[in-house]
Amino acid sequence: MLEKKVIKSQTFTDTTNAEIRRAAKTGIYDIRGGGAKRRVPHFDDLLFLGASISRYPLEGYREKCATNVTLGTRFAKKPLRLDIPITIAGMSFGALSGPAKEALGRGATAAGTSTTTGDGGMTKEERQHSKTLIYQYLPSRYGMNPDDLRKSDAIEVVIGQGAKPGGGGMLLGQKISDRVADMRNLPQGIDQRSACRHPDWTGPDDLEIKILELREITKWEKPIFVKVGGARPFFDTTLAVKAGADVVVLDGMQGGTAATQDVFIEHVGLPTLACISPAVEALRELGMHRKVQLIVSGGIRNGADVAKALALGADAVSIGTAALIAIGDNDPKWEDEYNALGTTAGAYDAWHEGNDPAGITTQDPNLIKRLNPITAGKLLSNYLKVMTLEAQTIARACGKSHLHNLEPEDLCALTIEAAAMAGVPLAGTNWIPGRDNTNNIT
Amino acid sequence: MKNFDLKEDSLSSLNEALQAPHDHENQIDWQVTNPRGSHAIAVGLDAPINVSIKGSVGYYCGGMNKHANIHIFGSAGPGLGENMMSGKIIVEGDASQYAGATGNGGLLVVKGNAASRCGISMKGIDIVVHGNIGHMSAFMAQSGNLVVLGNAGEALGDSLYEANLFVRGSANDLGADCIEKEMKQKHLETLDSLLREAEADAKPEDFRRYGSARELYRFKIDNASDY
Repeated sequence: MLEKKVIKSQTFTDTTNAEIRRAAKTGIYDIRGGGAKRRVPHFDDLLFLGASISRYPLEGYREKCATNVTLGTRFAKKPLRLDIPITIAGMSFGALSGPAKEALGRGATAAGTSTTTGDGGMTKEERQHSKTLIYQYLPSRYGMNPDDLRKSDAIEVVIGQGAKPGGGGMLLGQKISDRVADMRNLPQGIDQRSACRHPDWTGPDDLEIKILELREITKWEKPIFVKVGGARPFFDTTLAVKAGADVVVLDGMQGGTAATQDVFIEHVGLPTLACISPAVEALRELGMHRKVQLIVSGGIRNGADVAKALALGADAVSIGTAALIAIGDNDPKWEDEYNALGTTAGAYDAWHEGNDPAGITTQDPNLIKRLNPITAGKLLSNYLKVMTLEAQTIARACGKSHLHNLEPEDLCALTIEAAAMAGVPLAGTNWIPGRDNTNNIT
Repeated sequence: MKNFDLKEDSLSSLNEALQAPHDHENQIDWQVTNPRGSHAIAVGLDAPINVSIKGSVGYYCGGMNKHANIHIFGSAGPGLGENMMSGKIIVEGDASQYAGATGNGGLLVVKGNAASRCGISMKGIDIVVHGNIGHMSAFMAQSGNLVVLGNAGEALGDSLYEANLFVRGSANDLGADCIEKEMKQKHLETLDSLLREAEADAKPEDFRRYGSARELYRFKIDNASDY
């Protein structure tokens, strides 16, 4: 018998074909939670050089390596003083269960950092359990009211997010419980669309006036953050600073969303790694680096990622997906139930459908009970502390007495792509693709 | 009556004074002169005080208002009374874009015309416009009442939820999922009371009511051309 050539297409892969069949069968694009799953250049493509003859390290367990950060030093009368430069990103009550939001507040507070509301407003539990709570001001203005604005510790004007720069949101009907519907002033059980643009301003000149209004309402006390999705980080950072932001939050495409079209998540926006260097360059050009703080998010997983983002010039990072994993999202202990939902632990992303076995991305009263906010809060604070220790370990090895003293000079890149995006030399060379290398240290 | 002259006094000192806790002992009547189109005048108020503004204002006048009565003797820039929760705002002249945007409650009265996106994403506010309103008004309007004595611009009520839109003049171009609906007795009563409160000389029976066809409430691929 002749051996036949059996070749599967590299263009029409099994996954691609499955998606074609799914689209044909259901007549709807694939909506899911999470961030970009495709492989993109990331912090894994960077390495720290560590100390050597020309640089001496700090003693691992004895010499101080500070981790504190102050956010909002430009205009706000009451800047945020955090113990660690890792904050919890905005995630809504609605997308997340009440106990999940409470757990995030508890964990962040125990670790000395902030947490953030989301589309849908501020819940009592969240405010109560979060020492430092940032109030998101979103295009939909669901649940937005001046009392909560005044109760917050900072305000984050959300222009976009990394998973979907230029996109709004969709919370499917099954997650619109009575409480969620009431907070959003919508009929129970209908799909809730979130607008992609703010209803009462467009462009940077309007944003400046909007920020003025928010400051006047809150007596110039609260730091104003401006959050953008990774699209045009140089210009977006410049314009946010021009509009009067105290803090710029920059979210790369690996940053999660509660519910967005898969095609949007995977095909729009920049990898986090490609966002930082242009944003820092913009701040430096304006003389505002370290005066307007930069928070970077999107795919931060461990202390090395934190240290790398800070070395590239960020003042802090923010985590969303990682925080959910820390409190139990996608835990293999629910594998049977993930299988029943047609997926597996680690791949579960139907966060919008409200069936989360871990009780996190759901409003189902029975599933919600599975998450104990006190235990989950402890898991999160442990994780945040470990990340901080890891970042300190690296910083000490680079001879730095504060995480903010890390610098691009401490880094090299493993790939040409990462070297070009991060603006650090390819390992073993002096070469930063796309840059004028004449000033590089040899 | 306490007077603030914005030629002499700063915007922040005005807002701080208006936002300060008020009780019966305190000043209830305030006047603002020389507003000269300044932005963010009388924002974030949280008490039943009366603020009379003698001239035209810029963006976001009366933004996030609670309880206060704000009367503007001039015209208003974009975002008049945005996200107001309660109280009353009256503008004698015209209002620019996004008047009453995302408002949760209270009454906004525009004696002249309102520009585009009037009542965008409104969440319970009542808006009465004596003149005409511009395009895309009541876009994604969730609840509350928008009353227009004149004509409505293009794409009225696009993608709206449960807000009621009452138009006396023409509304020839309705947005996606917006349809004319039956005017029931309860609507005539609501309209009558809003018209009285807004000092509008019009009869409820001369209006038509528009609302959501509720076809876009759940995603359906066959509606793709409407999205």
